[in-house]
Amino acid sequence: MADARDTICALASGPPPAAIAIVRISGPRVREICSAVFEKGVPAPRHAVFGRFLDVSRDTIDEGLGLFMPGPSSYTGEDTAELYLHGGAAVIDHALDTLCAFPETRLAEPGEFTRRAFENGRLDLVEAEGVADLIDAETRAQKSLALDQLDGRLSDQYAAWRVDLVNALALLEVSIDFPDEEDAPDETSDPVREKLESIQASLEQALDDEAIGERIRDGFRIAIVGPPNAGKSSVLNRLARREAAIVSDIPGTTRDIVEVRLKIGGQIAWVADTAGLREASDAIEAEGVRRARERAAAADLRIQLRSADTRPDFHEAESGDLLVLNKTDLSDDVTVPEGGLAISSLSGDGFEALETRLAEIIRAKAGASAAPLITRRRHRVALEQAQFHVKQALDLQARGGGAELVAEDVRLASRQLSALIGEIGVEEILGAVFSSFCIGK
Amino acid sequence: MPGAFDFDVIVVGGGHAGCEAATAAARAGVRTALVTHKLATIGEMSCNPAIGGLGKGHLVREIDALDGVMARMADKAGIQFRLLNRSKGPAVWGPRAQIDRKLYREAMQAELQDYPNLTLIEDGVEDLIVEDGRTAGVIGQTGGTYRAGAVVITTGTFLKGIIHRGEERIEAGRIGEKPAIGLSDRLYALELPMGRLKTGTPARLDGSTIDWDRLEKQPADEEPVPFSFMSDRIEVPQIACGITYTNEATHDIIAENLNSSAVYSGAIAGKGPRYCPSIEDKVYRFADKTRHQIFLEPEGLDDDTVYPNGISTSLPIDVQEAFVRTIEGLENVRIIQPGYAIEYDYVDPRALNHGLEVKVLPGLFLAGQINGTTGYEEAGAQGLVAGLNAARHVRGLSAARFDRAEAYIGVLIDDLVTRGVTEPYRMFTSRAEYRLALRSDNADQRLTQRGIELGLVQEKRAAMFHVKHQGLESGRSLLKDLVLTPKQAAGHGWKVNQDGQRRSAWDYLAYPDIGFEHIEAAFPEVSSISVADRAQLAIEATYAGYLERQKADVEALRRDEALEIPADFDFASVGGLSNEARAKLEAVRPSTLGQAARIEGVTPGALVSLLAHVKRRKPQRAAS
Ligand SMILES: Cc1cc2nc3c(=O)[nH]c(=O)nc-3n(C[C@H](O)[C@H](O)[C@H](O)COP(=O)(O)OP(=O)(O)OC[C@H]3O[C@@H](n4cnc5c(N)ncnc54)[C@H](O)[C@@H]3O)c2cc1C
Ligand SMILES: Nc1nc2c(ncn2[C@@H]2O[C@H](COP(=O)(O)OP(=O)(O)OP(=O)(O)O)[C@@H](O)[C@H]2O)c(=O)[nH]1
Ligand SMILES: [Mg+2]
Repeated sequence: MADARDTICALASGPPPAAIAIVRISGPRVREICSAVFEKGVPAPRHAVFGRFLDVSRDTIDEGLGLFMPGPSSYTGEDTAELYLHGGAAVIDHALDTLCAFPETRLAEPGEFTRRAFENGRLDLVEAEGVADLIDAETRAQKSLALDQLDGRLSDQYAAWRVDLVNALALLEVSIDFPDEEDAPDETSDPVREKLESIQASLEQALDDEAIGERIRDGFRIAIVGPPNAGKSSVLNRLARREAAIVSDIPGTTRDIVEVRLKIGGQIAWVADTAGLREASDAIEAEGVRRARERAAAADLRIQLRSADTRPDFHEAESGDLLVLNKTDLSDDVTVPEGGLAISSLSGDGFEALETRLAEIIRAKAGASAAPLITRRRHRVALEQAQFHVKQALDLQARGGGAELVAEDVRLASRQLSALIGEIGVEEILGAVFSSFCIGK
Repeated sequence: MPGAFDFDVIVVGGGHAGCEAATAAARAGVRTALVTHKLATIGEMSCNPAIGGLGKGHLVREIDALDGVMARMADKAGIQFRLLNRSKGPAVWGPRAQIDRKLYREAMQAELQDYPNLTLIEDGVEDLIVEDGRTAGVIGQTGGTYRAGAVVITTGTFLKGIIHRGEERIEAGRIGEKPAIGLSDRLYALELPMGRLKTGTPARLDGSTIDWDRLEKQPADEEPVPFSFMSDRIEVPQIACGITYTNEATHDIIAENLNSSAVYSGAIAGKGPRYCPSIEDKVYRFADKTRHQIFLEPEGLDDDTVYPNGISTSLPIDVQEAFVRTIEGLENVRIIQPGYAIEYDYVDPRALNHGLEVKVLPGLFLAGQINGTTGYEEAGAQGLVAGLNAARHVRGLSAARFDRAEAYIGVLIDDLVTRGVTEPYRMFTSRAEYRLALRSDNADQRLTQRGIELGLVQEKRAAMFHVKHQGLESGRSLLKDLVLTPKQAAGHGWKVNQDGQRRSAWDYLAYPDIGFEHIEAAFPEVSSISVADRAQLAIEATYAGYLERQKADVEALRRDEALEIPADFDFASVGGLSNEARAKLEAVRPSTLGQAARIEGVTPGALVSLLAHVKRRKPQRAAS
């Protein structure tokens, strides 16, 4: 592994050629490097200074802006500098070669700047994830989600819940550790219950979001389902505008899930073509049908596709499914399914309407929740665990379980939240105890 | 013979830490001397004459499980035993007793007089003898030397102690006793990180001038539960305490005179405990409260002195007199000894390792209030560990340590050496993350075997322990072997889920409404389990499910504790650490990754760097 004591440098902007290039340096040797490379020496902290950049033999690399940000109040927490250069490959190479010639200085590994920021406590885990997401963001929704996370709004939300748990715990602990105190209410069960119920409700609400945050970040899942030969693969191909899946007139052509990644309604969507649903004729098809059903069940939206040349039967559709009748070109007498659409993947008729409808549906789903959204599986699992323990605590209390057992579950719940963002200390609980009760004989 | 030792271990100070340290070292089999100012104050209780409570009672039981002295002495001197938190689960039951100050002192002095391997010496220690960077003994008041391979300092509040009361300043270790100056200077000279803390005590009242008849009473438990696993019953007569309250008139007087309180006038630099606030503090910080509770605790059976628990103060004497007389029942009270605050030196315990040895001076151990704690129990627990490890040190053995999943003693010491203190440190059950396992009822089952292996436990206790241990083992396995289907259980009238799951009598015992009497009705064979064992097993069964859940946590803790950081590790060599994290790590010099994780200000990120570095260093070592 690369040594974390090294000074690291990297091109921080996009690949050349470009109008400008930004080279970033971080580590213990930044000052030394600046004083050698910047013609005018180390700039005043956080002041951009224009001048020439020089290599070891005092040849000019380029001219541009130089910026120095001393640690610990820099992005990484270490001394950091940035060089704004002209964005040509030769200039950039010259600059990086020069920097790497300094002792214990090397190119950064992917993510190493952020890792240092995390290691130096400049970002918590949730915020660090936000940085990664922001860089990867393609859609505007992804970007705002990442920004929420990066600027700590998500951490703040988790921290607020944790504070609520700490307060509930403080009430329990005060009744346990100070039993003889007049001011320590012996019967804390009501306020504890109220607090826990309110946390329970917030967690439930946050979790009951149909995983929108994760959908925005990772993409919505759309599944095309229906009987063999309905034209599912044909619809997928037309939506994807390429021959992603094999189309044939043999029923049961598609066996595996075929998936394409599309941008619909400003969101990422994974559209899956699935095996036609019917009594399978062989083991392979049976497996295909099983996968199709599984995928359909997990999807955020199902397109129920039927062919107009059969007697369309939408019996298996569930509410919320989009009903679509295909092959309208084959029938003179098309009845558009209620709330649905009619299309022809042969002619392309109705596809505009289909794409518009898909976009509407996704937009509505994505915009449903206002609070910061849960963006990752890791967060969801922790919140679910926390909710489980809060519920246990409430159940226990209702059954008259000992305060020490209720406290144990509350502690476990808060541990889940602190695992998301940071630590919960005993001192924090005692602090809450002493600030709200007059304790001590 | 130059360099020959008079003793193996010398313990300085005959307070609660000192008594446990001296007896632990002696039990561990080395020649031990206890050097203290006055033999007559051995076992003196400086403040509230009570032992135990939440967390504290747990410590007393643990000291006892390791064959220490405190619990047995308290059983001989306790005049009001109460098991706190009886209405809650047994994990948080806290044994506590009001102590007859004189009986306790006498019992302790008698115990120590005849203790094998132990010599008592009356002298004040002025300095340490240090040779070749190692501790080699102490120097007494008149220049006499006592040479030894290890020294344990347990001088309590005596280091540069200053008593404050109104405008008065008295140099003292506690009221009427000289402070220790020379020793304090020596510790400063060692460049140990030191600071000032403060604590306070209320006025002592003449019980014969209290109007008891008007006051609420708090009686002792009908069946006192002893501290020691070796005591069958309490023979000391039990008394009741009185309860009264401050009122608005009391608060008015205090508020008017806040400026003359030593604590409020800013004369004291040291920080006091939040959980033991002075009455000035309470009136100032919780101004909306119209009264505060006071327990009137007699200090002895044949002693009229009463300790008014709840009104510790450093106000001038006349103000103290005025405000106590506004209190119901105390209208005509006579003050025997006014309250005061005391400020004293302590050593930042992060200068110690888990064996309580000073890192920069091998052979020097510190225990008790000198390490920034408060309370007899906290002092005793540290004393035991320091005495044991001093003995191990002279024998060339590595320090014994207790971990956080094993004992409150482990929690106490780990908190001290890892996090240091910002106010006098007191134990609470909430400090123990494995509270459900670290109960006062099972301290012997957790620790006595370990004590036997460490050579700390004498024969009598060891024999008792083995009998009890075996009884519990066979009772436990019997209960686990007796199995019922839910149908059968319902047949006995038990309310259980009809889920078809077969469960053992052990499992059913965990149900809140199924007790031993129900089990016995279904399985007459459990009548072979003794009454005492039944109680213990029922508690165990109640928590069994929780302890199972904690197993993974405990394993994770032990895994992190197993990742050792070498003693000479260069924290500066770990790149990418913030200055704050590096400074904290260097101050504590954690010995394991687990310990590093518990240091405040060491972020998860810093730990990742540290882990990577420590792991990387390993193979290099092996290769060299
Ligand atoms: C005013 C006051 C108020 C307190 N209030 C509380 C409270 O409210 N709650 C609570 O839990 N605890 C309280 N305590 C603390 C409790 O008394 C101590 O924590 C406990 O006694 C500490 O035990 P120790 O063994 O460390 O020291 P101590 O019990 O103080 O014993 C120290 C011993 O060392 C001896 N000694 C000191 N220096 C030397 C020397 N140089 N040479 C030889 N012998 C020496 C002394 O004579 C003494 O015997 C209070 C203490 C004081 C003084
Ligand atoms: N006329 C007409 N034919 C179509 C249309 N859509 C698909 N087809 C034809 O219908 C047949 C089946 O199409 P696929 O897309 O393979 O159908 P599928 O639903 O994927 O079938 P399986 O994979 O077997 O379940 C092919 O021969 C297509 O060319 C349409 O809109 N009009
Ligand atoms: Mg197909």
